[in-house]
Amino acid sequence: MTSGYAILETARKQVLHEGRGLREAQILEVLNLPDEAIPAALQLAHEVRIQHCGEDVEVEGIISIKTGGCPEDCHFCSQSGLFDSPVRGVWLDIPELVKAAKETAATGATEFCIVAAVRGPDIKLMNQIKFAIDRINAEVDINIACSLGMLTQRQVDQLAEWGVHRYNHNLETARSYFPEVVTTHTYEERLETCRMVKDAGMELCCGALIGMGETVEQRAELAAQLAALEPHEVPLNFLNPRPGTPLEDQPIMDGKDALRAIAAFRLAMPRTVLRYAGGRELTLGDLGTREGLLGGINAVIVGNYLTTLGRPADADLDLLVELNMPIRELQKSL
Amino acid sequence: MQEVSTQLYCGHCGERLGERTTPGAHPPSSADPPSPGHERCEQRLAMEPPRYCASCRRRMKVQVTPMGWAAECSRHGTLAAGAAS
Repeated sequence: MTSGYAILETARKQVLHEGRGLREAQILEVLNLPDEAIPAALQLAHEVRIQHCGEDVEVEGIISIKTGGCPEDCHFCSQSGLFDSPVRGVWLDIPELVKAAKETAATGATEFCIVAAVRGPDIKLMNQIKFAIDRINAEVDINIACSLGMLTQRQVDQLAEWGVHRYNHNLETARSYFPEVVTTHTYEERLETCRMVKDAGMELCCGALIGMGETVEQRAELAAQLAALEPHEVPLNFLNPRPGTPLEDQPIMDGKDALRAIAAFRLAMPRTVLRYAGGRELTLGDLGTREGLLGGINAVIVGNYLTTLGRPADADLDLLVELNMPIRELQKSL
Repeated sequence: MQEVSTQLYCGHCGERLGERTTPGAHPPSSADPPSPGHERCEQRLAMEPPRYCASCRRRMKVQVTPMGWAAECSRHGTLAAGAAS
């Protein structure tokens, strides 16, 4: 049965059967599909995900070890110390971190990502991370990921040596829109950290934040730029406008546009772990969450985010059972 | 954890609420009726922890974990939900 939309027919052959992701112009065509084509786009994206990634879903928990007071000016972020945000600086102690790792593992999650709101880690933070990794590895059976901002080569090597198997560093938005969103560092600096992480043998988690006022063309540009990096994982965030940030008055992204983006990102990156991340509750709600999981998503962040709350863990885990999607089992890769 | 008995300020935006006293309650509570002008704040507090102490408007130290959150006011103690409590 054909969808009646040329780009979806092309994608069926190119992505599903041949395993080649859509190019930027093709991604844009998917993002511009009419509303009535969204179910067909999601269905194809789901088939692509099953074909190239399998049926299982990767579950991860994330936690902030150092909240707030960041010197960078990412306009979407409530943790920047440059904005009049209500988020106060706070450090999490290691026993609480280990406790959270245990709780996360108890949900069946295989990933636990430790995040710090920094430009890049200093010696104090690196020492904390080393201690945290040792404690978690001693007490919890879970893979550890980190997100600590921009790294030096030495820090990349240290994290790899300590057993961090995945490092998160998002592109966030298209190169052409990045200067509208961040002025304290460059796109190239972000790419540099991403490249070093891959070269060191860690899995690269490199995500997107859409709904920040970028054009549809820039959304396609971002998907293509992410695909070119070939990250192991792409967390897909939808802007949750935070009080006190420059984007606090940005309207919440339309749910249909979010679903188009899910399908388009999957068709651009057929083999990548595509994770539901922040903002989905606001943008998509319960129904949209289900549609996305049946439309190319194959990973979720379980429970809360760094400064905001997510859906209850049980709600997502029950949904995975209902959809017959097994949780990916732990494979210690390093 | 200390009891906080008077809800004077919105936990989301920190602005003053209409005076209402809820003895023994831990503000903000989704069971409370929204205060005029803060209905949207009440909705947001279902999706994020409070940032301001409802008694004194101090910004609280908030730690979110995957399964819970805790918000500490230096004067009025800690509010918490889920595994962080």
